[in-house]
Amino acid sequence: MYQHTRFNNNNFNLLQKFKNFDYILLICILLLGSISLATMYSTDGGKILFHTKSHFIKLIVFTLMMLIFSFINIKFWFFIGYFFYVLVIGLLVWTYLFGIQSSGSQRWIDLYFINLQPSELMKICIIMCLAKYFHRMKLENVNSIYTILTSLIIILLPMGLVIVQPDLGTSLLIAISGIAVLWFAGINHKYFIYTMLGFLISLPFIISFLKPYQKLRVLTFLNPDRDPLGAGYQIIQSKIAVGSGGIFGKGFLKGTQSYLEFLPEKHTDFIFTLFSEEFGFVGSAILLLIYAIIIYRILVIGASSRSYFAKLFCYSFGAAIFVFITINMSMVLGLLPIVGSPLPIMSYGGSSMLATMIGFGIVMSAKVHNQQSIA
Amino acid sequence: MINSSSDNVKKLNSINRRMFITSSLKFFIMVGLVSRLFFLQVKENKKYLTLSDKNRIREWKLAPVRGEFHDYFGNVIAGNFEAYQLHVIPEEVEDFRYVIYRLKDLLELSDKEFKKVLKKKNEIKPWETLIVSDNLSWKKFSKINNHLYDLNGVKPVVSISRSYPFREKFTHILGYVSQANENDVENNETIKKRFVPGLKIGKVGLEKSYENEIIGTNDIERYEVNAYGRRISQLEFQKGEKGKTLRLTIDTEVQKLSNELLKDQAGSICVMDIYTGEIIAMHSSPSFDPNLFVFGISKDDWQLIRNNPMKPLVNKTLQGNYSPGSTIKPIVALSALENGIINTNFTVKCTGKTEMYGQTYHCWKKKGHGFVSFRNAMKVSCDTYFYEIARKLGVDKLSETAKKFGLGKKVFGDLFDIEKKGLIPNTQWKKNALGKGWLLGETMITGIGQGYIQTTPIQLCLMTAQIANGGYKIYPKITVDSEKNENQADKFIQLYKDSKNIKLVQDAMFGSTNEVMGTSYRSRIDNPKYQFAGKTGTAQVKRITERDRELDLKTFEIPYEERDHALYIAFGPYKNPRYALSVLVEHGGNGSTTAAPMAKKLFKKIIDRHPLRQSVNNKKYLEI
Repeated sequence: MYQHTRFNNNNFNLLQKFKNFDYILLICILLLGSISLATMYSTDGGKILFHTKSHFIKLIVFTLMMLIFSFINIKFWFFIGYFFYVLVIGLLVWTYLFGIQSSGSQRWIDLYFINLQPSELMKICIIMCLAKYFHRMKLENVNSIYTILTSLIIILLPMGLVIVQPDLGTSLLIAISGIAVLWFAGINHKYFIYTMLGFLISLPFIISFLKPYQKLRVLTFLNPDRDPLGAGYQIIQSKIAVGSGGIFGKGFLKGTQSYLEFLPEKHTDFIFTLFSEEFGFVGSAILLLIYAIIIYRILVIGASSRSYFAKLFCYSFGAAIFVFITINMSMVLGLLPIVGSPLPIMSYGGSSMLATMIGFGIVMSAKVHNQQSIA
Repeated sequence: MINSSSDNVKKLNSINRRMFITSSLKFFIMVGLVSRLFFLQVKENKKYLTLSDKNRIREWKLAPVRGEFHDYFGNVIAGNFEAYQLHVIPEEVEDFRYVIYRLKDLLELSDKEFKKVLKKKNEIKPWETLIVSDNLSWKKFSKINNHLYDLNGVKPVVSISRSYPFREKFTHILGYVSQANENDVENNETIKKRFVPGLKIGKVGLEKSYENEIIGTNDIERYEVNAYGRRISQLEFQKGEKGKTLRLTIDTEVQKLSNELLKDQAGSICVMDIYTGEIIAMHSSPSFDPNLFVFGISKDDWQLIRNNPMKPLVNKTLQGNYSPGSTIKPIVALSALENGIINTNFTVKCTGKTEMYGQTYHCWKKKGHGFVSFRNAMKVSCDTYFYEIARKLGVDKLSETAKKFGLGKKVFGDLFDIEKKGLIPNTQWKKNALGKGWLLGETMITGIGQGYIQTTPIQLCLMTAQIANGGYKIYPKITVDSEKNENQADKFIQLYKDSKNIKLVQDAMFGSTNEVMGTSYRSRIDNPKYQFAGKTGTAQVKRITERDRELDLKTFEIPYEERDHALYIAFGPYKNPRYALSVLVEHGGNGSTTAAPMAKKLFKKIIDRHPLRQSVNNKKYLEI
């Protein structure tokens, strides 16, 4: 065992790394990238316009970045876990102080070549941070008050910074990413149940603290026909688009709902709606299948990883990606209230894609270095 | 080290177990998502597909093309012409102010008209059509077309509009069309369905009565629109159907003559086929030009029509309740004969007036007629004779006969909503309506067509026709073939008890027109081809006072509003009757001098045109 580790440590050549690569995952990611590009092309009305070009460039750059990340030893990712977290917290504070204001919220910072949304990055780096935190912890210490409080602070700090932007949706997704790590780290399931119960009981109070537009979203979700031209418009049009797609869809570039501009936010949160309208049930099922394979591969990589950090990261990242997909789809299919949550890779948006690709990069690195143990 | 490794194993067990739990959960959620997709896209697909089409497809209805009205010989009496219009959709105009001022210059709109257009613009939604001008001359229309490059969003449109080539000649039959208002749309389902902004519908007359048949169906344009309602592409154009064309029983030539005869006078003429009930002519004077209403009548024109003391808006033939005067006498006579009150030998001595129940009842002839028998009484229209037989007959029996012959009820049923019923009084009616008992004196004046009794000219015409055809019920109709005629029986119903009595009345009417001393002797035609029989009538407008009797003024000496109405009913040719008519001239003075001469001219025309009418009829049968 020692021999093996030593061998990996010292004589790990590039060829070996290529051999260790998870090609199924890579193919799925590239496939997803191509689908997203085609869909983006459709949102631009069948022309190569701004969104398509921008998405294409981001896709290329971030995929290359992911490949480069794959070759970086998993130990490095473990090493920078806390640092990365602190950096993004810094960026969030920066956003709070100097961020770009747009449509009533302050979510972006201007990096000259890109407008970065640090809250998206936080979805990934909170997993890295907590995975590192729990990596060396003994199981009996996991459920100590000290550990739980520390991890809660790690989660609540970025949440708070995101809520003030205000961006409730993303802060909840950050929380879910963090909680996923806590779950896999072995925190007593009672705590989860109690928290869930506590949350349900306090729900009415939480609602009373919501901003009017947030309340409206909840009410609209409960009954979209309440105000079909106002708040309910998005969800109604989205359901119409998906529903009218039928089994095989209306055909590529033939989605009337998106073409005639009935669909809201079709580049970002509602991109699945457009895809589903044009490619129907079959296309949507295939897309879901690709996502399922990606998540499955992430879990397989986690299971085959030697280090606890890699396992924890892969499992949590898999769970987080799954939750992102589920929440986005449930939202556009009218199963959840509208919360701003992009569909990983598919949706237009650099920060989200960057975060996802960083995640994939680390997972790939875990695969390539799956025999690497972290002391 | 051992400790740590066993802890590692525990940790791995824990994480793997939880991974397994999570994965199962993910699987179920995934299945849930797929089933939701299946539900929306496969099961509910139809519903959402419909909703999606509803989103993207919008229909534009265009105004339907109205059916025409033809006269009996197929001449167009209400047709369609191409109106040049100018439409602007404010939303599609970049600079509305510029365009509208440019149009003002080009069309030479007056400030008043211009303000009206601006007001209209404020009333409609930006994507609705603003009709800047609805009936442009060709010159202006082509001028606009030449300047279109500069008038973005302005659409020259050729639209089909109503025209009445005979102008005022048929107004009271056809009515007119004008822009539909809210009430019209609310009260008629068909209009509601076919409604488009600017739709013109029938406001009165047959245009209104047959609205549902002649309105036609809309052309429908289906467009794909985007979320903002902008048209993207035309998907379909569905041609509408022109409304049904109705052929009337009217003879334009006779109608024109009626117009001529009543020119500058207030009154009514109607002519009827006594066997088929077909209306040959029906005119109420004065009339007005219905074309004025098609594009909205101007204030001045409207005031002119409204304030005319001769009331052009009133259809006197159907709406005018008049005392029938002596024209009721044939019915009084018939009723008395039928009820066995008198026979032809019954004689009354007329001294010019009768004292009865403390009242004096005057005959129109001051000196009196002396001894008059049945035939003579009708011929000279002796009031005293009819006072006497009415008194003997009683008002209830009289009213029964009168109603049987078509008085006191609507001749056309529901066809014309403006038609009046008139009034045939009886004892029961007075008790119900006025709460008083019937006085015998009232029976006497009813016998000469004065008092409560009121009839419309069309009723008198029908009454005459039914006497003329030998006493059979007919159903007057104005359209040749229409669903509304269906309920009318094709078999004649007998209205008399003894046909001899009808003959006697006809013969008495013949005497009245064709024998010396007859009241309309001067209007007779001796040629048997045209020879007709009639009865004059002079209906008092106000009670004649003793002073009036002493003065005995000539008609032209009395103020217009106080002059008597002149009436005349007739049928002909006498030997083989075919047509009946009634003439009424408001404040015309005297039936024999004013109304009867019109009948003479009418009969000449009608009978001359009879063979032509028959030939149209025969042709129709031959075609079958």
